[in-house]
Amino acid sequence: MSILTKHKLIETNATLLLILSFLVVTIGGIVQIVPLFYLENTIEKVEGMRPYSPLELAGRDIYIREGCYVCHSQMIRPMRDEVERYGHYSLAAESMYDHPFQWGSKRTGPDLARVGGRYSDDWHIDHLRNPKAVVPESIMPPYAFLEETLIEGDHIEDLLRTHQLVGVPYTDQMIAEAAADFRAQADPDSDFDGLLERYPGAQVRNFDGAPGISEADAMIAYLQMLGTLVDFSTFTPDASR
Amino acid sequence: MNTGTSNYVKLVVLALATLFTMIAASYARDLAYQVHMIIFMIVAGGLFLVTLRATDEPAKPIPTNEYFDSVVRAGVIATAFWGVVGFLVGVVIAFQLAFPQLNFEWTQGYGNFGRLRPLHTSAVIFAFGGNALIASSFYIVQRTSAARLWGGNLGWFVFWGYQLFIVLAATGYLLGGTQSKEYAEPEWYVDIWLTIVWVAFLACFLGTIIRRKEPHIYVANWFLLSFIVTVAMLHIVNNISIPVSIWGSKSVQVFSGVQDAMVQWWYGHNAVGFFLTAGFLGMMYYFVPKQAERPVFSYKLSIIHFWALIFLYIWAGPHHLHYTALPDWASTLGMVFSIILWMPSWGGMINGLMTLQGAWDKLRTDPVLRMMVTSLAFYGMSTFEGPMMSIRSVNSLSHYTDWTIGHVHSGALGWNGLITFGALYYLVPVLWKRERLYSLSLVSWHFWLATIGIVLYAASMWVTGIMEGLMWREVDANGFLVNSFADTVSAKFPMYVVRALGGVLFLAGSIIMCYNLWMTVRAAPAKATLGTAVPAE
Repeated sequence: MSILTKHKLIETNATLLLILSFLVVTIGGIVQIVPLFYLENTIEKVEGMRPYSPLELAGRDIYIREGCYVCHSQMIRPMRDEVERYGHYSLAAESMYDHPFQWGSKRTGPDLARVGGRYSDDWHIDHLRNPKAVVPESIMPPYAFLEETLIEGDHIEDLLRTHQLVGVPYTDQMIAEAAADFRAQADPDSDFDGLLERYPGAQVRNFDGAPGISEADAMIAYLQMLGTLVDFSTFTPDASR
Repeated sequence: MNTGTSNYVKLVVLALATLFTMIAASYARDLAYQVHMIIFMIVAGGLFLVTLRATDEPAKPIPTNEYFDSVVRAGVIATAFWGVVGFLVGVVIAFQLAFPQLNFEWTQGYGNFGRLRPLHTSAVIFAFGGNALIASSFYIVQRTSAARLWGGNLGWFVFWGYQLFIVLAATGYLLGGTQSKEYAEPEWYVDIWLTIVWVAFLACFLGTIIRRKEPHIYVANWFLLSFIVTVAMLHIVNNISIPVSIWGSKSVQVFSGVQDAMVQWWYGHNAVGFFLTAGFLGMMYYFVPKQAERPVFSYKLSIIHFWALIFLYIWAGPHHLHYTALPDWASTLGMVFSIILWMPSWGGMINGLMTLQGAWDKLRTDPVLRMMVTSLAFYGMSTFEGPMMSIRSVNSLSHYTDWTIGHVHSGALGWNGLITFGALYYLVPVLWKRERLYSLSLVSWHFWLATIGIVLYAASMWVTGIMEGLMWREVDANGFLVNSFADTVSAKFPMYVVRALGGVLFLAGSIIMCYNLWMTVRAAPAKATLGTAVPAE
């Protein structure tokens, strides 16, 4: 075969081999990744999506830090059993402010995409302290230390500002009020009107029932809002996407 | 630039690095960052002192007529060491899944499954696999080019820089410094450090090929070169993030949601495709012909399957995202290319296996060759299983289940593990100038323990994976779900124990290997050698 004899040219020239093999491996990625940034139907138009509140965002960072994504997915597939078990299938729009995404790849534990509102705060506290206490079959590790670690929301403005920089629509006011909003969400006696205006539907409670803001407060604030934002009564799916 | 001035430049850089990391450690916003800056400070400060003492001393001339093998020897030791560490953490987390009380009270916040699993995956893929790839590529490129490794002591920088990366990644996970992208968990400054080390690795490798005395570039080096270049591209694109502060480990990914998922699995699948496949095929193309004392079966097949493999692999990522919020056109592309990929994957297996033509009898007497051939068999099996699992309807059952874990391990333990063990058994007598291995019967023990371990592992994960997939979707006559999620968890318990025991066997085999290699260096008879650079072929 003549084309194979021409291969001699490549295998006697290191630079040519380097350049050609690099060009060959770039093609697939370009074709699959680039269109996702400009095809309009990639992310559905939905009502209700908003950026995470400061406390929820702090909780999300704890979720990431502890490696929760290793065992819990946040991506409900449109199969009958999944919709039955977990709720409406997940939309791309629901993770559009997730830097990085938390879809996961493994369900050692159940999917959490719509865990928000499914259990009470007390259930979550008991479950984090000792999962077997509420689910005897559970193999999840205990996370009692989250309750014992108090957080102040240090540098929370920097965190929001960095998210703003990568395209999350945080306003300058949201960043200026970040520390106050962080405290207000865990304190039902605070003046939280501004928080609710900035983050519609944010839940204001003392999530762990203990004084001070703990990592468990942030974590539960995050878990309790998961999958609750999109108003599905106004959503019509695109026939093909 | 002579060594005198370059030493002064080095001293200034190291002094500044020490000073900066000292400041950074005191301003640190989180524990992972603080510990890492102290590690950087100790390394930079230590190097400063060493360089200072060497300044104005006459520089030792670097021999040009012999191979740079000391760095390969170090790489062999590091491979064996990190292998045992990675397998051990794997066994620990396998038992944690069977017996969750092993998430001990006293390790709360550091030793839970969620923090140990990235430690296991990174230790095995990047510490064990990465060291095996760096050491063997340094060995192979020198032999097949008949030239000393390019870059003088740059090879040592690659080796130690990579070990530093491993230590930073591992301690980072334990202390909570992670960006949660699977197999790319290390935070921004660790990513930057790895990029620097990787560019030096490319320079050493390419530089050696360019100064080769052989007219042709050997096929193993095509694979190794494309592995190094592609991994650089994947690493940089998947880790684009903005640090929240230069005084903390936390960073924010530039991509989000569906785009980030696509980029992540473009990276994640090609960490398999290029790190664990193309790179290890490079190893295979050198060590299998060497051990079998036969030339590679087909030159034409190697050309075709090389270009087909690297072109097709990069498309396969979206098969990790079937039925998710990723648009269908992308996951369909991923599925189609994954199925086509079956062919070039088997091209590599056929080329490796057929190399034994006329030497099959050696399998009876040579357990090292048996190990390599079995690794090719596992490679063939998992590159059939992979395309099958990428089919949408199969994936709807297998995704999110333990089947994926079983698939990964038949590839990682069977293919990557066994071919690496084979390479280590080949390399140690050569590098330490020994006539033979200390004990072939211990190699046989290792072979059988590892193989039985893999079979237990893969079989138990097939059973739990398919079982839980079926249990999740089971509905009764009235259309209600039959099983709660917790039911599936408790049903998996016996198989989780079997899986962990399989891991114990595999770990035991690797410890036997370490003993055997150690005794080879210490006790096997020495071999008379020429001491100059001799080409491999």
